[in-house]
Amino acid sequence: MTLDGKIPSGPLHEKWNKRKQEMKLVSPANKRKFRIIVVGTGLAGASAAATLGELGYNVDAFCFQDTPRRGHSIAAQGGINAAKNYPNDGDSIERLFMDTIKGGDFRAREANVYRLASVSGSIIDQAVAQGVPFARDYAGYLDNRSFGGAQVSRTFYARGQTGQQLLLGAYGSLMRQVKAGSVRLHPRTEMLDLVTVNGEAKGITVRDLVSGEVSSYAADAVCLATGGYANVFNLSTNATGSNVTAAYRAYKKGALFANPCFTQIHPTCIPVTGDHQSKLTLMSESLRNDGRVWVPKTKDDNRAPGAIPEAERDYFLERKYPAFGNLAPRDIASRAAKEVCDEGRGVGPGGRGVYLDFADAIGRLGEDTIRERYGNLFDMYEQITAENAYRRPMRIYPAPHYTMGGLWVDYNLESTIPGLFVLGEANFSDHGANRLGASALMQGLADGYFIVSYTIANYLARTTPGAVTADHAEFLKSREDVACMTSKLLAIDGKRTVNDFHRELGRLMWENVGMARSETSLKSALSLIPRLRAEFWENVKVTGTGTELNQQLEKAGRVADFLEFGELMAADALHRNESCGGHFRVEHEMPDGEAKRDDENFCYVAAWEYKGADKAPELHKEPLTFESIKLAVRNYK
Amino acid sequence: MNLTLYVWRQKGPNDAGKLVRYEAKDITPDMSFLEMLDTVNEDLIKKGDDPIAFDHDCREGICGMCAQVVNGIPQGPQKKTTICQLHMRHFRNGDTIYIEPLRARAFPVIRDLVVDRGSLDKIIQSGGYISAHTGGVPDGNTILIPKDDADKAMDAAECIGCGACVAACPNGSAMLFTAAKVTQLAALPQGRTEAARRVCAMTEEMLSQGFGNCGNHYECQAACPKGIKVQFIAKLNREFIKAKLK
Repeated sequence: MTLDGKIPSGPLHEKWNKRKQEMKLVSPANKRKFRIIVVGTGLAGASAAATLGELGYNVDAFCFQDTPRRGHSIAAQGGINAAKNYPNDGDSIERLFMDTIKGGDFRAREANVYRLASVSGSIIDQAVAQGVPFARDYAGYLDNRSFGGAQVSRTFYARGQTGQQLLLGAYGSLMRQVKAGSVRLHPRTEMLDLVTVNGEAKGITVRDLVSGEVSSYAADAVCLATGGYANVFNLSTNATGSNVTAAYRAYKKGALFANPCFTQIHPTCIPVTGDHQSKLTLMSESLRNDGRVWVPKTKDDNRAPGAIPEAERDYFLERKYPAFGNLAPRDIASRAAKEVCDEGRGVGPGGRGVYLDFADAIGRLGEDTIRERYGNLFDMYEQITAENAYRRPMRIYPAPHYTMGGLWVDYNLESTIPGLFVLGEANFSDHGANRLGASALMQGLADGYFIVSYTIANYLARTTPGAVTADHAEFLKSREDVACMTSKLLAIDGKRTVNDFHRELGRLMWENVGMARSETSLKSALSLIPRLRAEFWENVKVTGTGTELNQQLEKAGRVADFLEFGELMAADALHRNESCGGHFRVEHEMPDGEAKRDDENFCYVAAWEYKGADKAPELHKEPLTFESIKLAVRNYK
Repeated sequence: MNLTLYVWRQKGPNDAGKLVRYEAKDITPDMSFLEMLDTVNEDLIKKGDDPIAFDHDCREGICGMCAQVVNGIPQGPQKKTTICQLHMRHFRNGDTIYIEPLRARAFPVIRDLVVDRGSLDKIIQSGGYISAHTGGVPDGNTILIPKDDADKAMDAAECIGCGACVAACPNGSAMLFTAAKVTQLAALPQGRTEAARRVCAMTEEMLSQGFGNCGNHYECQAACPKGIKVQFIAKLNREFIKAKLK
């Protein structure tokens, strides 16, 4: 198989216009003959479903939550990037493009990233038109803040709830289409299989999470906007329901999975308190605008933070990266925190934490300004830790947060299965080996509002609407497969709970395929995961039946997929014998501890093809060529 | 700490349902309320019993999925705190805790603590948005919005749609939920065009979904985990009268 990214020829800034000109259209009268399935209703899914419905297509929108307004995009705090250059500080599409490519450590496609930067401004306009209450200055203009990996202020925000506000904007548009009759909603419905007919995506099989009924929906094209897979680590900042199942089952049906080892560990999360922990909570990166990160200079310094004099503190990010300081990119800041904790200088219970200190900012700006900027985050921190961050520094530690890898898509966001489009975090395309802060919201909405609406027409125009219905033999087989897996899970009746397996897998992944990976740790993961998986299928205990609301059964299916997917991640991490962005191989580091890329051998997208149960997946490579930007060592000093 | 729980168990919408007693053992102060329930569920599963069904997702107080009634209070006893952010340090060893689903005519129980809040989606569908088309909108800075108006819109927009206000209201009204959306959009110039139509349609839909009317009890505000204020209901009423007198 040769992977064709279908990148338009010509100069970078003309590529997207050129593609829009080349692509086929579906006429307004014909759009209503087509049916499109959208799975997931976070930013990418909700914006896509609303936009496609508005264009006149018939859309079926699915989510496992009780309403589409709950997609985990809602939890994004800090903001959304756009190259508006409102502050007149030198921003431009080119600069946002370069920052994103560099932030991703040169492992993303130039053309995709340029397009993302060029539509970024329209996203802000769209959200404003929908009534998203972005922060304004006293003259009524939109306000901006700074984020990691950039030296301009291009981040738009709505207090500490930017994701919530953008999602509710998209959800409002989606609800408008539901009312108009162009979108049918399917909440509490989980996709459990992708159905392909003659190699093309023609529908999905789902389980109604209330009744347990397994049914299929046929369509002319399928969009997956099902988010990332950080919950393979069990503890992450993702929602407890976030999972890889939809993407993984599409992979098993022939969609290639790209760069699964590119995972982002976010530097500013609240540290773990014990085994009962069900998730980790992020403290927005925007806090690093005003907070200073430090640890004591000496090991095992157990004094209260206020009792440690200035001279005995190590502001390690400011020391190591004077130009970017506390706003160094996420992967760099995370690793630096891990290093100082490994040296025994970590703070708090268990020594896995560093301080994020606002004392200077409060002294400079006053407590009211800090409260205005981050009040809700400080409140959240206090709810969880019972500590007042206005009085003593926050304790933070890195945690899995976002996954740059995902289903492989071409420039049109189409996977290797024709008719299957993948949007938002679920695809791999724009962030390379590391995503910059405030860029996830940008990408999700770019894909949903402004890209897939064009590119899906180009596919549909070549097909006959309604060619396949859900009584086709492939659908029947898909329903049988899903029902079979359900009965299998219920029949095991072993001794260990689903959560117990998830915890063990998470620990194993965090220790061996986490922030610092080595050949030894990865090989160890590759031998441990299959053993754990085998035990799962013999010893998991799922109570209840398949014909009722059964949350253990739902989770069992998701953990079963994580138990296979984790192996793919480890295999990808082992094969990528270089360090880049969030993928850090201890064998490959610069003398100063930075990630050492190997452009000669690894400047490509690694896309994996499923070859059957217990068979090794096959690697396909899409070379990355950089025409407009020179490959360089990332330098944030 | 060890706690005694009385949890509402109900197999399905047509089952009568009842409170069942459980012992929650070795609960630590750092656990969230939902992590305490996770612990109880792990024990139930190991014994072969059905775990307690409850809704949850983000577990950081923003998705709105996890509302329950704890000791008679929707979203629990801690002010401005969702149940997932309520931590066990607010309870004492030996406490008895009653846990029930949100109760309202418009929220039928699906199972145990899980209720159907689709009626809130229906209210939004009736007009809780600005009818902006994708694309073809003006530059964000061509619409200047005084900071106070933007802040007011944001105060109202913080609603997470959890439904605690409905369960807290003696009338089972969704007035606070509806008013928050009406206020957010009415406070912004781009939302004014449809303001009259919106407030009428949303209010009508709220009533047709089986929610009651506002009786000025202010219980909604007391239960709201996001501090949405009853003043927004006054704003809704003002918008409603303005629309009707047009």
